[in-house]
Amino acid sequence: MLKNKDLLGIKELSAEEINLVLDTAGGFKDVIGRDIKKVPALRGKTAVNLFFEPSTRTRTSFELAAKRLSMDVINFAIPMSSVVKGESLIDTALTVQALGADFIIIRHSSSGVPHLLSTKVKASIINAGDGTDEHPTQALLDAFTIREKKGKIDGLEIAIIGDIAHSRVAKSDIYCLKKLGAKVRLIGPPTLIPEKIQELGVTVFHNMEEGLKDMDVLMMLRIQMERQGKGFFPSTDEYAKNWCLTTGRLSLAKDDAIVMHPGPMNRGIEIVSEIADGPRSVILEQVTNGIAVRMAVMYLLAGVKR
Amino acid sequence: MSKELMNKKDIDRALTRMAHEIIEKNKGTGNLCLVGIQRGGVYLAKRLASNIKQTEKKDIPVGSLDIAFYRDDLNIRKEQPVVRRTEISFEVTNLKIILVDDVLFTGRSIRAAMDAVMDLGRPSAIQLSVLIDRGHRELPIKADYVGKNIPTALTETVEVQLEEEGFEDRVILKKIEDEK
Repeated sequence: MLKNKDLLGIKELSAEEINLVLDTAGGFKDVIGRDIKKVPALRGKTAVNLFFEPSTRTRTSFELAAKRLSMDVINFAIPMSSVVKGESLIDTALTVQALGADFIIIRHSSSGVPHLLSTKVKASIINAGDGTDEHPTQALLDAFTIREKKGKIDGLEIAIIGDIAHSRVAKSDIYCLKKLGAKVRLIGPPTLIPEKIQELGVTVFHNMEEGLKDMDVLMMLRIQMERQGKGFFPSTDEYAKNWCLTTGRLSLAKDDAIVMHPGPMNRGIEIVSEIADGPRSVILEQVTNGIAVRMAVMYLLAGVKR
Repeated sequence: MSKELMNKKDIDRALTRMAHEIIEKNKGTGNLCLVGIQRGGVYLAKRLASNIKQTEKKDIPVGSLDIAFYRDDLNIRKEQPVVRRTEISFEVTNLKIILVDDVLFTGRSIRAAMDAVMDLGRPSAIQLSVLIDRGHRELPIKADYVGKNIPTALTETVEVQLEEEGFEDRVILKKIEDEK
């Protein structure tokens, strides 16, 4: 069982807790594949999506997950809320709680916001991405997908490729995959890989061709267009030339290597369409698995005594 | 303190009789399937199916059902029930489903199991088969096939131990020790 009422990051979870989430998600994956894609497990509970940053996929995925557990879901629309009138973050969370929320799913551009709120409210806080810190449910759905495709995670060679420095997905993935026993390497230009990242037990490659050799899993990251022109890389063309996953480069990995991407993709910049839409890609399965994993997280958090 | 209520021989005999009763009541095996409730019920369903096969020379489909998502006590339990797989590889619509469980007690698991089955399709009928009926029903639910009726006190628990889980086959009655 999970120890805390909140899911703030993978850093705080044990391997045992991660495996419990993945095992439970298996049961929910069966449910969402049926004609009636809904179970009454959390009937009568309420989930509130509190997204201070734009997001369609993650928010929709959480919304569907909550609905398939028979919860009521409110999407708190920030531009129309009192936040623009200057209401403090904590006041907003307390208000959401007073409305009857059992789960507050939060995304915020500042790292640590979910951690702060978790100490102020009784509701379960689920981190849906905080600044450059963590995006735990993305890492859990990635691990679920890898385990489903490869049968295990322990001992696999996994590469995470692209803008590691600004990626909360990469950070959560590293914590998660390391805890489950994978060998993780990071591939990207020096400007996009933090200096002391090796302390997390990963290896670093600044050459795509060398890095991809013999990998079981390739996890591509999205190049955040807002970083362009800030000195991290010269241009998207230049980036694509060195770091885009092409068919030629994919052939350097193992023959049965799978390709992942958290979306949304920049086709032709970090990955070519031929691969994104090809047989080795599990990108759309990641999306489906995301619902099952988020259902498992909410189901398990509901059982934590407080 | 514990007391043995059934041994291996008793369990075998009860399951043989129940298999016969199932065939008799349903006039054969047509449209019949067995669905065991995780976990004990799953093993018993498989044993019933092989007993039925011995007499009728027919395979009947066997599935397993997890009822965690349908329980009515998720808010009051100490921790969430472990989620196991529901594996029913056949279409349940228009089939006669025999739900199989090890112990029938309050009836709440069976209520949850019926809801879970109904979400998979529309069976033509649902019947219930249990190895032990220990009484104390909280819902209007009754078993069609019973291995053994055992009067119990609420301060007791009934444990069905099966070979499939690494035990010797037996059913024991235990006193619940006061939680300290």
